[in-house]
Amino acid sequence: MSNAPHLLVHEKADNVGVVVVEGLSAGTDMLCCITHDNSTFTLTAGADVPIGHKIALTDLKAGDTAIKYGEDIGKITADVPKGAHVHIHNCKTKRW
Amino acid sequence: MASKYSNITFQGFRRENGRVGVRNHVVILPVDDISNAACEAVANNVKGTLALPHAYGRLQFGADLDLHFRTMIGTGSNPNVAAVVVIGIEPGWTKKIADGIRATGKPVAEFSIEQKGDFETIRAASWAAKEYVHWATELQREECAISDLWVSTKCGESDTTTGLGSCPTVGNMYDKLIPEGIYGVFGETSEITGAEHICKTRAINDEVGERWYAMWKAYQDDVIFAHQTDDLSDSQPTKGNIEGGLTTIEEKALGNLEKIGRACKFIDILEPAEAPAKGNGLYYMDSSSAAAECVTLMAAGGYVIHTFPTGQGNVVGNPIVPVIKITANPRTVRTMAEHVDLDVSGILRRDMTIDEAGDALIDMIRRTANGRNTAAEALGHREFSMTKLYRSA
Repeated sequence: MSNAPHLLVHEKADNVGVVVVEGLSAGTDMLCCITHDNSTFTLTAGADVPIGHKIALTDLKAGDTAIKYGEDIGKITADVPKGAHVHIHNCKTKRW
Repeated sequence: MASKYSNITFQGFRRENGRVGVRNHVVILPVDDISNAACEAVANNVKGTLALPHAYGRLQFGADLDLHFRTMIGTGSNPNVAAVVVIGIEPGWTKKIADGIRATGKPVAEFSIEQKGDFETIRAASWAAKEYVHWATELQREECAISDLWVSTKCGESDTTTGLGSCPTVGNMYDKLIPEGIYGVFGETSEITGAEHICKTRAINDEVGERWYAMWKAYQDDVIFAHQTDDLSDSQPTKGNIEGGLTTIEEKALGNLEKIGRACKFIDILEPAEAPAKGNGLYYMDSSSAAAECVTLMAAGGYVIHTFPTGQGNVVGNPIVPVIKITANPRTVRTMAEHVDLDVSGILRRDMTIDEAGDALIDMIRRTANGRNTAAEALGHREFSMTKLYRSA
């Protein structure tokens, strides 16, 4: 599918999305799809990010809350520019 | 109201108590760890039998012993099991487990080793096992309604694709088949953490919701916070989850909960390995999130088919219950094809809808119920893992 998305986002309120293709490289203009309503937008990948890993949809600051599924999935622990990789190096559980 | 799913039938084994199995095992069941060798010897003597060796059964007490008995009796009672030979070191607990299984009406023979030794026990048990194999292999499948199916779920080696694809596929299946009268079950208590506020609202009423929340909270306080030595950053989420892109337990839990769909409500909370007793519908079982333990507990609760979404590629199976592997991760489809029963990676490419994936899973469940061996069965994955609550006396 030539129009297959690079990044899927669960809900409109989310500030992170999931890479769903292998071998995504920095600089790629990603087709992004919000699964809730099938709406699309584009975003430039700021890093090489593996399949399944998350990318920030907006500039995030340390102390912000990461939102996915429209829900709180943890706290941002370091500033993350839009398009950058979000994972354990800059995001942490609030639970334990 | 009739739907296009109401008329689905499958060929199953109807047991003495009316329950329907999709497999026809003759099980050689050790009461305790030191009876494993005798059970494995019987299974070696008599082809077509299945020994279920495990690590426990001596000097347990209290709730931990109750769970041991419930798991043993529940496993033998599962309708995928035609007949059981029970072997223990001494006759007391052996009889307790054999009698528990006999309540289903299925054939059960019991043997104990003390004062006889392994040779004599194996000789006598082998004769019984051989008779059971002759009898069981003449049993015929018969047409059964979809409502005769009990289908469990638990995911493993999750990643972000499970929350996007394979877990919603299971949820869609439950949304379609729970109204048709099947029994369902989900669990994984530690792994609801972060989505507990949502899970609580999926109870059938406030009373069940409050009981569920109290159970989850007790687990947090009495197990996690009582025993944790770090932030669980290598345990929940696991190293495999993190490799797959999951960052926090909250994120993992929200994906996990996609397995119960949009409409289903759970009607009761089961203890580990407890059989449901409030009629058809979706249940919650208080259970570990470790794959083999959880599937073993759900099988002991009486469920006959397990649906297992995976992202990074968990390879688990169960000796008596077929485990259907579903993945949406195209890399896992490519690198671990021998483990995958249902590829729903089209969901990520947006060329397969969740509705289509749910229908594909229902068809795979029907075929598995009819006798199709799953990937885990073909590969010999027979993980039988008892849950233990605390150290023995």
